[in-house]
Amino acid sequence: MTSAIRFILNGDEIVLGDFHPTETLLDYLRLRKRLTGTKEGCAEGDCGACTVLVGRLIGGALRYESVNACIRFIGSLHGTHVVTVEHLAGKDGKLHPVQQAMVDCHGSQCGFCTPGFVMSLYGLWMANGEPNREEIEQALQGNLCRCTGYEPIVKAAEQVAAERPSALFDPIERDRAEVMAKLWTIRATSDTITVTKGNDRAIIPGTLASLADTLAREPQATVVAGGTDVGLWVTKQMRKLDPVVFINQLTDLQTITEDETGITLGAGVTYAHALNALDLAYPALGRLIDRIGGAQVRNMGTIGGNIANGSPIGDMPPALIALGATVTLRSAAASRTLPLEDYFIEYGRQDRQPGEFVEKIFVPPLHEDAFYAVYKISKRRDEDISALCGAFTITLDGEGCVDTCRIAFGGMAGTPKRAKAVEEALLGKPWSWNTVASAQDAFAEDYQPLSDWRASAEYRALTAKNLLTRFFLETAGQPQELKRFDMVEEA
Amino acid sequence: MDNTTFEAKTTINGPMHASLRHDSAHKHVTGTAEYIDDMPEPAGTLHAALGMADRAHADILSIDLSAVRSAPGVVAVLTADDIPGVNDVSSNGSHDEPLLATDKIEFHGQPIFVVIGETREAARRAARLAKIEYRDLPHWTDIEGALANGAPMVVSPMTLKRGEPETEINTPPLRIQSHMVIGGQEHFYLESQIALAIPGEDEDVTVWSSTQHPTEVQHMVAHVLACANHAVTINTRRMGGGFGGKETQGNHFACLAAVAAKKLNRAVKFRPDRDEDMAVTGKRHDFRVDYDLAFDEEGRIHAVDATFAARCGFSSDLSGPVTDRALFHADSSYFYPHVHLTSKPLKTHTCSNTAFRGFGGPQGLLGGERFIEEIAYAVGKDPLDVRKLNFYGQPGSGRTLTPYHQEVEDNVILRVVEELEASSDYRARRQAIIDFNATSPVIRKGIALTPVKFGISFTMTAFNQAGALVHVYSDGSIHLNHGGTEMGQGLYTKVAQVVADAFNVDIERIKITATTTGKVPNTSATAASSGSDLNGMAAYDAARQIRERLIEFACSKWQVTAADVEFLPNRVRVGTETLSFDALVKAAYSGRVQLSAAGFYKTPKIHWDRAAGRGRPFYYYAYGAACSEVSIDTLTGEYMMERTDILHDVGRSLNPIIDIGQVEGAFVQGMGWLTTEELWWDAKGRLRTHAPSTYKIPLASDRPKIFNVKLAEWSENREPTIGRSKAVGEPPFMLAISVLEALSMAVASVADYTVCPRLDAPATPERVLMAVERLKAL
Repeated sequence: MTSAIRFILNGDEIVLGDFHPTETLLDYLRLRKRLTGTKEGCAEGDCGACTVLVGRLIGGALRYESVNACIRFIGSLHGTHVVTVEHLAGKDGKLHPVQQAMVDCHGSQCGFCTPGFVMSLYGLWMANGEPNREEIEQALQGNLCRCTGYEPIVKAAEQVAAERPSALFDPIERDRAEVMAKLWTIRATSDTITVTKGNDRAIIPGTLASLADTLAREPQATVVAGGTDVGLWVTKQMRKLDPVVFINQLTDLQTITEDETGITLGAGVTYAHALNALDLAYPALGRLIDRIGGAQVRNMGTIGGNIANGSPIGDMPPALIALGATVTLRSAAASRTLPLEDYFIEYGRQDRQPGEFVEKIFVPPLHEDAFYAVYKISKRRDEDISALCGAFTITLDGEGCVDTCRIAFGGMAGTPKRAKAVEEALLGKPWSWNTVASAQDAFAEDYQPLSDWRASAEYRALTAKNLLTRFFLETAGQPQELKRFDMVEEA
Repeated sequence: MDNTTFEAKTTINGPMHASLRHDSAHKHVTGTAEYIDDMPEPAGTLHAALGMADRAHADILSIDLSAVRSAPGVVAVLTADDIPGVNDVSSNGSHDEPLLATDKIEFHGQPIFVVIGETREAARRAARLAKIEYRDLPHWTDIEGALANGAPMVVSPMTLKRGEPETEINTPPLRIQSHMVIGGQEHFYLESQIALAIPGEDEDVTVWSSTQHPTEVQHMVAHVLACANHAVTINTRRMGGGFGGKETQGNHFACLAAVAAKKLNRAVKFRPDRDEDMAVTGKRHDFRVDYDLAFDEEGRIHAVDATFAARCGFSSDLSGPVTDRALFHADSSYFYPHVHLTSKPLKTHTCSNTAFRGFGGPQGLLGGERFIEEIAYAVGKDPLDVRKLNFYGQPGSGRTLTPYHQEVEDNVILRVVEELEASSDYRARRQAIIDFNATSPVIRKGIALTPVKFGISFTMTAFNQAGALVHVYSDGSIHLNHGGTEMGQGLYTKVAQVVADAFNVDIERIKITATTTGKVPNTSATAASSGSDLNGMAAYDAARQIRERLIEFACSKWQVTAADVEFLPNRVRVGTETLSFDALVKAAYSGRVQLSAAGFYKTPKIHWDRAAGRGRPFYYYAYGAACSEVSIDTLTGEYMMERTDILHDVGRSLNPIIDIGQVEGAFVQGMGWLTTEELWWDAKGRLRTHAPSTYKIPLASDRPKIFNVKLAEWSENREPTIGRSKAVGEPPFMLAISVLEALSMAVASVADYTVCPRLDAPATPERVLMAVERLKAL
């Protein structure tokens, strides 16, 4: 057994055996390392002032992703390279091209959000040599600026794209081979790491089997993958968690398998990682993922976590339920698979037994004639939690009648839930405006939504009906959804 | 004469009117700009956390803090009993804002005690352990509730009147009576409130405070500590955003940190969590505007009678001047021949609303623009034509007198609007949109071009004064200090440009230093867009004094006349000889010339009699106009900002690139106020939109897809302001009204533009959809 984690912070190798299981990376940087360039703006992963890059080995590559240090637990950093804003400028004080572009374009006013923007732009710049405005805005979805109105920051992103990473001035390029080698060394052993502080423990299992054993022994454990939800239990609710079991280093949970039967996602696959495969197979789902959280949250948060936490307003469950997805739960003793909608029992209660963890999600392929759409409705278009999120799949028979139909919504009930009455009202009927109009009333049987700060019950009920209208129009070849950017047709 | 060699330059770096980058830009991007939470903490620094009420209105029956005191890491728990001076932080002296509540709670989240811990986490954890018993009292959190419950007003209301509105409202052929609801707004400065108090000897205490108003924090700290102002020093190098939210709202944290620091004789840092900051600190006032409009068939306004009721929260704070400023701007850019305007600053059981960029002006101006919109739909005209019909006239037109009896002498609104109308291609685009809407079943578009006229000066005349302190050291380097604070708006940069210009030296020679009550006393808040007008002039005054002493010295030393001493870039010509600035300074030092000066400025011409509703509250006006185009989805109420064109008047800009940044940022912030930013209190009176997860300010992807921003380059302030510039902080905020009206036009399309949609703010997707439904049902 090992009792310390190992990671690289900027240019230094760190062996850390003294931390609390819920200590955040942000507090570690600011309070312990006096790296105060990284700021706390909200402590809930929404404002991006704490953005740092975390490099990790994915497959054979070392990939750097922007993350929110404020809700990232130290215990999740084993075998990673953490890069903060302090690492960017040259030793001689010469600004990194990303920083220089921000200065040249007047991208800072009060400056408090600026290090976070610099890090998000840095992440984008490394990954994309020719970002268009849509990609720039996506990279900045998780960064709030209250001063500039963003225009100069977007221009900085465009300006810096002309300059490409080079070992001459870019610290990550300069050290890439060396960092990779070190991370391989750290990852070479798969011992379970346990770090105890006071009475509280962080447990970092090295294999799936030891995760299952750990949970069998510690059924009360809090399992943390991306931490984008659990982080807030700590920073906002000050909850005591013991033990915390970190699973983000378990590469066995991070596999994406595609074959003719469908796509299988390990529970530890992040939104960002899953995007390509899901977007290709289910384009509407890809567009939804682009609007979940900000880039930092998508880089940390996992699809398995979005299901496991049972939130009634998570966006993946309705989208996946409409696709007929299943979820596999595993424990030391056994594993079982159930339809995703059956996992959600009622508000705050899921079908997960003590010792079980979500292992994988299976998504069947879309029938080639099927129509599938997901509509996320929120107060703000990006980086907002849905007021409601509706997902629709239908297939028609030879007569143009509804043959199969799966409709699911988030935000309309205490759990992500299928609209069985609406489905019933549609099945077997001609897919026509008349059918749609009469089926809309059935939403009242399926859902009795609540009023809260995101929307009133009245708005939710009305919009759910209207989304069925939108879906119908879309299947009829008259898409009526606002798009910020027109699809660019490849020549 | 000294023959030091120097580079003969034709211009200096960073004179006035140059587009110079923000002085801290390099530090911002490297993370080395120091905010208070980044400062090295003095040894033994303790941390504070608030104990907050979980009732909106209640009597406190008992407070049991034993569990808090015995929690791990707790050093002390302070209640009102621990305040040596007065338990009050009312910024206006009305004693209606206790630092810590004692027997009564008036809003959910009101501070009752403060925990001082060895760590911030220990203090935060302990703060949750209090056992407090309450007796609930009836509460109301909004204007409707206040009106229904006969709520008192937190300050006396103001009335503005001109002409004979009582009778004239009945004469014209057309009349509309309705109302508008306008939401509030959270500042969401990225750096939350923070203070670090360091105790000194005797009664001394030094507080680093993230505040727009160090002098007021100084007064408040002295007030609660029962010491003289001279014992208290407040320092502010920079804020991570202010927007009015740190004009008075930093007082609480600074005072509590200071009380704890003096009591425990240890440094105390107080940085609330974002959620606590949002629950406790005041916001932009919500308004309900009830209006009665009389006008002719052409759309020309004859009489206006309107009441502006505001949610002020539990105490008065700045609600008096905020609601006053709403009335001052209810005319927007329009002449009202007969007018009666009244404010109703209502008490509610919510956090005490406060200053926020525009300071009531935006709500007043938005009301005025709703009047125009109502009239335009009533007479079936393009609102822009109704606007032009009602604009203030030029002097001599008989249409220049405001409801507060100030003449509009510098009116350029028609020029600004017509230039923008042409450059944005408004007419053709409006027609194209009407054509598009006729054939688009679900997606609808709208466009609007709206004006801004904003009065510049604190309406409290006394606040229109400023001081500065300039030292020239014997090596020729210059130390600059003034009463203005830096919150990102570039004030420090602009004032340094003024000083560079005054001495004709490169700006790199000037060290911009943190605002401190110890160097420049009795300052006003950096607010009301006045920062560079006031502090720029005060710094100029200080530099001018030193320059004059240098000239006098040169005249006497080298026996020339003042006309023979000329400040060239980084050098000085004395007769036929030229010497470096440094050399002149060194010689002046040897000649025992005082090389330090305090500068001072007070705005001329202004006066205001609130009781009479007459005077000249504003030195001048800043103008601007914006044209915005939007698309809406009539099935969901979602929308998209397609394009915005702006032409804004900043006089002769002190720094065009910084001013454009102010205009763009203010517009997007204003757009947030009118679209996605919604404050929502639950039935228990608890603010539920208390963090960025629930309170949605604009993102990069919310800004207009096409965003053309220009300054009116021809403009020059007709008043002798610093460099003939105009204030820029607040006026462009109101350019965002074009977005709300464009959304409204898109909604109006579903009823063929025959009905004013009366789209209230914030126009969330829900409000847009409900307005669509309402119009469809007609």
